[in-house]
Amino acid sequence: MPDVKKLLPPIPDSLKLQPRRAGTDPEPETVLENAQEAGKHAAGWIDERLQLSGAVRWALFRKVPRHDWTYALGFSVMFSFLSQAVTGVFLATAYDPSTTNAYESIRQITNEAFLGQFLRGMHRWGSTVMVVLVFLHMAQTFFYGAYKYPRELNWVIGVVLLVLTMAMSFTGYLLPFDQRSYWATIVGVNINGTGPIVGPYLSDFLRAGPEFGATTLSRFYAIHMLLVPGAIGAMVGAHLWLVMRLGTTSPPWNKPRKKADA
Amino acid sequence: MNRAEKEAYLREYGQLKAEGEPFFPYSVAKDSVVAVIVMAIIITMSIVLGAELGPKADPTSTTYVPRPEWYFFFLFELLKIIKPPELVPLATIGIPTIGLILLFLLPFYDRSAERHPLRRPVATTAGIMVIFAMGYLTYMGAAAGSPNEIEMEAPSTLAGAAAVEWEKGKIVVGQSGCLACHKIGENGNNGPGPELSHIANKLPAQAIAQTLRNPTSPMPSFKNLEEQSPEKFSAMVSFLGQLN
Repeated sequence: MPDVKKLLPPIPDSLKLQPRRAGTDPEPETVLENAQEAGKHAAGWIDERLQLSGAVRWALFRKVPRHDWTYALGFSVMFSFLSQAVTGVFLATAYDPSTTNAYESIRQITNEAFLGQFLRGMHRWGSTVMVVLVFLHMAQTFFYGAYKYPRELNWVIGVVLLVLTMAMSFTGYLLPFDQRSYWATIVGVNINGTGPIVGPYLSDFLRAGPEFGATTLSRFYAIHMLLVPGAIGAMVGAHLWLVMRLGTTSPPWNKPRKKADA
Repeated sequence: MNRAEKEAYLREYGQLKAEGEPFFPYSVAKDSVVAVIVMAIIITMSIVLGAELGPKADPTSTTYVPRPEWYFFFLFELLKIIKPPELVPLATIGIPTIGLILLFLLPFYDRSAERHPLRRPVATTAGIMVIFAMGYLTYMGAAAGSPNEIEMEAPSTLAGAAAVEWEKGKIVVGQSGCLACHKIGENGNNGPGPELSHIANKLPAQAIAQTLRNPTSPMPSFKNLEEQSPEKFSAMVSFLGQLN
């Protein structure tokens, strides 16, 4: 059976489970003791098949250089994205992505559904919070020089995530289908169209045709809730993998306490 | 970074890492505190600011002036600043594309080993200037006010019904989206259409009405407005006819 103790964090000695003395280890007798054994057995059974305890232990207890509070910005971006995902799923249960019903379904969510306006507000302002956090996270990475060797590719992945976040906010803007979202999207798509080479194709792709039509809204909806979130999920996975493999940087003003062995 | 610098960095980093703290619970604790703060901010904003829903999208209206979400304001302002039509693609696509390429390639042209912001004067200055430029453009975009409203005092020569008509015309002109292309006093964009602040000096009211019905492209015609609600059209003409 795998050693469950390996899963425990480095807690102070006084809180650690005391090993039983040799020779005093009785067979489980009481219900409580049996239950404890059952838990150990179940955890052991699962880990024997998933082989995860090593990876989890490594991920949780690997050492990271001393750092300040700005290092929590990256996680806070991911957290705001998760909040967007959860509120987005709830909104999707009541939203109808057709040009005839979209506005009405948003009106129902806002005015009639239980906590509907609160939910929309969380999604709408969550996007603002996420964009602000993305910029703060990027500024921190820039000023701390954290994009330098060996983390160049993680910076590139981060810029891809920035573009994807902007794409999310652009495609989400149309979905309520009021005057504001409709006309802002028309202008945005037209601006895309003036781009070199790929511009006109990108505009046609976004509109689902040469003109803004009935299928444009469902296309924006598909991009907003399937294509881009999927891409963001994959990119966040790669981003985190590299962060864990390469380690988080140290603030550039921190120096090792004792000289490195030459 | 040459090979020696890379090795020196990895050696120092290894040292810093060995002297560091375990990810759990030290980083996890900080991340959790920040996550709670983020959640509290989102919930507070949702409760205080709510989620507005404007009038339903109307593809037939030609007069609605859209405003982007605030974090696109800096791009929007860039468009306003760059006037000559041959340079507009530069503002819409050129500058953002160049900025994005510079951003993507940052680690490949900034290859020095130095990481301390105070010992990287070029990078740090450039970063601060970009932040200020974007902040300034965002502020300009936010301060531009609603593009559908004109802030102006009625001329003192007008009184009674004429002043009421003038006020009504001011609202109609604002809602018709004229400010997207015309400057009226301190309001609106200077171009691509001509400034209207003193239009009555150049054109009599009659000619103004004629231009509204039958404009030169790309200005939209207001003939429909005249047919559907003539009182709005005449209010518009009397407002514009007083701009001298």
